[in-house]
Amino acid sequence: MELASLTIHELHALLVRREITARQLTESVLARIAAVEGRVQAYITLDREGALAQAEAADQRLAAGETNPLCGIPLAIKDVLCTKGLRTTCGSKILENFLPPYDAAVIEKFKAAGAVLVGKASMDEFAMGSSNENCAYTVPRNPWRLDAICGGSSGGSAAAVAADECIAALGSDTGGSIRQPASHCGVVGIKPTYGRVSRYGLLAYASSLDQVGPLTKDVRDAAIMLQAISGHDQRDSTSINAPVPDYTAALVEGVAGMKIGIPKEYFGAGLDPEVEAAVRNAIRQLEAAGAEAVEVSLPHTEYGVAAYYIIAPAEASSNLARYDGVRFGYRDLAADTLHDMFCQSRSQGFGPEVKRRIIIGTYALSSGYYDAYYKKASQVRTLIVEDFTKALAQCDALLSPVAPTPAWRLGEKASDPLAMYLSDALTIPTNLAGLPGISVPCGLSTAGLPIGVQLQAAPFAEEKLLRLAFNLEQRLDLVGKKPALA
Amino acid sequence: MDFETVIGLEVHAQLKTNSKIFCGCTTEFGRPPNTNTCPVCLGMPGVLPVLNRKVVEFAIKLGLATNCTLNFRNQFARKNYFYPDLPKGYQISQFELPIAEHGWIEIEVAGKHRKIGLTRIHMEEDAGKLVHDEREPRSYVDLNRTGVPLLEIVSEPDIRSPEEAAAYLKKLHAIVRYLDICDGNMQEGSFRCDANISLRPRGETKFGTRTELKNMNSFRNVQRGLEYEERRQRDLLLDGEAVVQETLLWDADRGVTMSMRSKEEAHDYRYFPDPDLVPVVLDEAWVAEMKAAMPELPHERTKRFVEQLGLPEADAEVLTSSRELADYFEQALAECGQAKKLGNWIMTELMRALKGEEGIDLSQCLVTPKQLGALMTMLEQGTISGKIAKTVFEEMMATGKEPEAVVKEKNLVQMSDTGELEAIVREIIAANPEQAQQFREGKTKVMGFFVGQLMKKTGGKANPQLANELFVKALSA
Repeated sequence: MELASLTIHELHALLVRREITARQLTESVLARIAAVEGRVQAYITLDREGALAQAEAADQRLAAGETNPLCGIPLAIKDVLCTKGLRTTCGSKILENFLPPYDAAVIEKFKAAGAVLVGKASMDEFAMGSSNENCAYTVPRNPWRLDAICGGSSGGSAAAVAADECIAALGSDTGGSIRQPASHCGVVGIKPTYGRVSRYGLLAYASSLDQVGPLTKDVRDAAIMLQAISGHDQRDSTSINAPVPDYTAALVEGVAGMKIGIPKEYFGAGLDPEVEAAVRNAIRQLEAAGAEAVEVSLPHTEYGVAAYYIIAPAEASSNLARYDGVRFGYRDLAADTLHDMFCQSRSQGFGPEVKRRIIIGTYALSSGYYDAYYKKASQVRTLIVEDFTKALAQCDALLSPVAPTPAWRLGEKASDPLAMYLSDALTIPTNLAGLPGISVPCGLSTAGLPIGVQLQAAPFAEEKLLRLAFNLEQRLDLVGKKPALA
Repeated sequence: MDFETVIGLEVHAQLKTNSKIFCGCTTEFGRPPNTNTCPVCLGMPGVLPVLNRKVVEFAIKLGLATNCTLNFRNQFARKNYFYPDLPKGYQISQFELPIAEHGWIEIEVAGKHRKIGLTRIHMEEDAGKLVHDEREPRSYVDLNRTGVPLLEIVSEPDIRSPEEAAAYLKKLHAIVRYLDICDGNMQEGSFRCDANISLRPRGETKFGTRTELKNMNSFRNVQRGLEYEERRQRDLLLDGEAVVQETLLWDADRGVTMSMRSKEEAHDYRYFPDPDLVPVVLDEAWVAEMKAAMPELPHERTKRFVEQLGLPEADAEVLTSSRELADYFEQALAECGQAKKLGNWIMTELMRALKGEEGIDLSQCLVTPKQLGALMTMLEQGTISGKIAKTVFEEMMATGKEPEAVVKEKNLVQMSDTGELEAIVREIIAANPEQAQQFREGKTKVMGFFVGQLMKKTGGKANPQLANELFVKALSA
């Protein structure tokens, strides 16, 4: 049995009983990385020495009786989160040599818990993408089929978890960037309620939509990770000061009497039959466990992608203005005027998808267009929020596919940005409404690719999501099914 | 043709908070470059702003003091543009929903009172500054000032002359100083002003084409710059030429304005609500708390000086023109209790002595209000004469010594010994029989000559009232 293939809760039991050491565990993960990373390419930066040092420190704490569930657990961190002194690129050439002078809030929490940070996981540049092909460093492969995309933008995190190159990972989700790769890689991914987790130290893509969340091997691990990162942070004005419940305690309760809303708009044209079949099976499983399924409507779903591709690029065009070559990041040294320094540094430092979104966002905010685009999109956003409020008044959670299809082949949509954008149609509304969402594996396609089911709930109802997901997981018995990595 | 001048001012007041608007860095002036910085104000990737509550409180106070309507829900917005002194590539400001709107302040020019409308007051962060090394050539960025809080105060185009513009600016300056929210230093840039100016034929209701003036770092330069621009626009219009909408820089040394950028080069700032900051929500209790903490404002103090101290309105206006001056006056008054005389002394002797380029600077004054009060008391009690008092005051201004000490040191106590003075009086009369005769013939004006002689002989120390009496007595004998 390889330690790297186990879950946080399994390993924690072994660690606290001192049956294994954190160092052994970390060495196991590093050995797994050495064996498969050449094929998977999940990481941009590995920190072997740092990880081993942290493992030794964790062993000392464990020996002294530390019981924190993350103490000694090797984790992968999406390269969108600042790690003090450890290169943070955001998948972009423009931050090729950026060493953050501070840790993100969630990294501080991990360090305080005694977690072992193995390295920085690959991602689409500035979290813009659905396939992780927009990365200036590595394009991770789907561990289940190496010719398939792993999803994005937290593709490296999902692939690393699926390939046992870490025990769990952190990602960020702006329009589905945790749930979609989790679904494609057969792991669990949570996008928490907006404001549940501090964004301090998360490199901003679209500030009103971004949220940090975990990618894990099972639902219990997701609860443990969510517990560790949740809570109010004074440094993030959008962080909400609400009590953090005991998420693992929520798992043990059954789902009898719970109402699951099935949004009809999420089962429309373009939905892959195998995905639909797997998701319908998940509904049946929950019904068998005593939950009741009811059809609900989210009538403005079809406008979600359009609204998102105004709001997110608009915010991004401003958020990414700081990468100007003045104080940090890439600067074109050949430029000899201020204007050229700005233009050339950004032209050479950003990749094509990032430039596309900066241009879209700049246009949408321009004088004379603001009302027609940004303002209109904000109004659509309000309608989408109202859709959810109405639907969630009738049920405890909404169940749907995560993505309309399983993972596609690498390169398949790389030259068709619109097709790529539409693949996020079922995850984007969650972010526009600030709701929590979870992706749980619910089957495998005939091509051997994972299929995920999505659950969404009212703000701060993560417990309901975890409870439903855990019950589903128990019945489907997919945990432990591993990619062959052939 | 007769033209009407239309002016609107935009003032940026740097706030006297201890820390910056969105992080905990100090706002202290004059520190080595880039030392008052942290990841937040440096705009490092991943950082987030957190609003300094004090900034909101200062904005509420200014809003209340200028008769504004407060927006109980207001919002920060991003103003996007690239410049090396702006590390995030946007300035956090307010746009659609500023904290205060629709206010006014009253000014007085040549005895005429006018209300000048305030369009809005909003909170924002300052940018850093560039330091250019011309020899290299190389430019350096200093981000100490980045994130220092500012209030921008925008007036309506209600101002009708450069003189009114200066009066408006002085009034606003006095208000921020009274509220103690801004140090008001125009040279260091903590109180800055940009002006929009246009001309139109008198009677016309549409505005003419305006120009924007920048870089006027004193009240005097605001007035001079606007006077220059008023003349320039009038000459253009009289010649049948058009005013070009552009931004101009005032060159105080050469006394001219120079083009900085045209309308075509103007930025599109792409304002939108800052998603990193939640809307600022005020409540009645908070506003009431600020109201209760408001100091007496300039116009209220003027009114009190007139009504309670019996000062003429013109005197009261001058004495309340700055909080420091009014405080100085009131502290001295507590010592000597003679409002009118003390006021006169301050407006003539003290202000003459302290007059600089930018009005009076009390921080340079070595004489404490208590000392001035003591001097006034000595004068009132006849210990010294008015003339001696001026000499003593000069010495006090130069050394900061107590008036009693100066009088004693220089032996300036007024001679009030009748016997001693009588001898000198007789001596003077004897030496000037002609004038004595004239006096006896009714030409009482020569009394001035006799007293002058006495002052000369006594070094000005003779009690003038007593001297008068003694001469009358001696000459009538």
